[in-house]
Amino acid sequence: MKNKIRELRTAGNMTQEDLAEIIGVSRQTINAIEKEKFDPSLPTAFKLSKLFKLPIDQIFFFDE
Amino acid sequence: MKTMKLERNKRIKKLAVWTWTWVATMAIATFGPEFIWDNHSFLTPFAIVVNFANGILMILANRDLFNHFDELEKKIHLESIGITLGLAVIFGMSYSLLDTTNLIKHDAQISMLVMFIGLTYLTSILINSRRYQ
Repeated sequence: MKNKIRELRTAGNMTQEDLAEIIGVSRQTINAIEKEKFDPSLPTAFKLSKLFKLPIDQIFFFDE
Repeated sequence: MKTMKLERNKRIKKLAVWTWTWVATMAIATFGPEFIWDNHSFLTPFAIVVNFANGILMILANRDLFNHFDELEKKIHLESIGITLGLAVIFGMSYSLLDTTNLIKHDAQISMLVMFIGLTYLTSILINSRRYQ
């Protein structure tokens, strides 16, 4: 699944470590999500949506 | 993240303590009857019960650590557990067959299987972790 987490994170002047701390996951997880190697769970997606004040479908894009 | 790391370290230390005490009680239960208490009728089963109880506490400490993992870490560990379980069954059965068909000179040892499981799990974790880097 494609996403724009990296774009949103850098726009918010955050490091992967900062974002990981806010969301409550490891830095490795944020890195894997940004590199689109791992799709986050629904609770994590909602936390990201709340943090970036964007609906989930504007952060994650289902790539058929 | 600091609180997460502190909590993680606390759980790792707890697991390390229970693992080392399990290894120590295993050594005592193995060598005690011959070298320490001369096959005492109460001390030998007592040492085995203590080692078993220690093993259960080690598993609970491991579960505690596992429950503290985030979703990616859980995925990595679950995949590794699946690979390890599958390979342990296949390796264990083949190793047993080698013994029963006398293709190996010595008797099959359970310690070989335990070592195989440990090394397979470790290797799987390393490979799976790299996949998500």
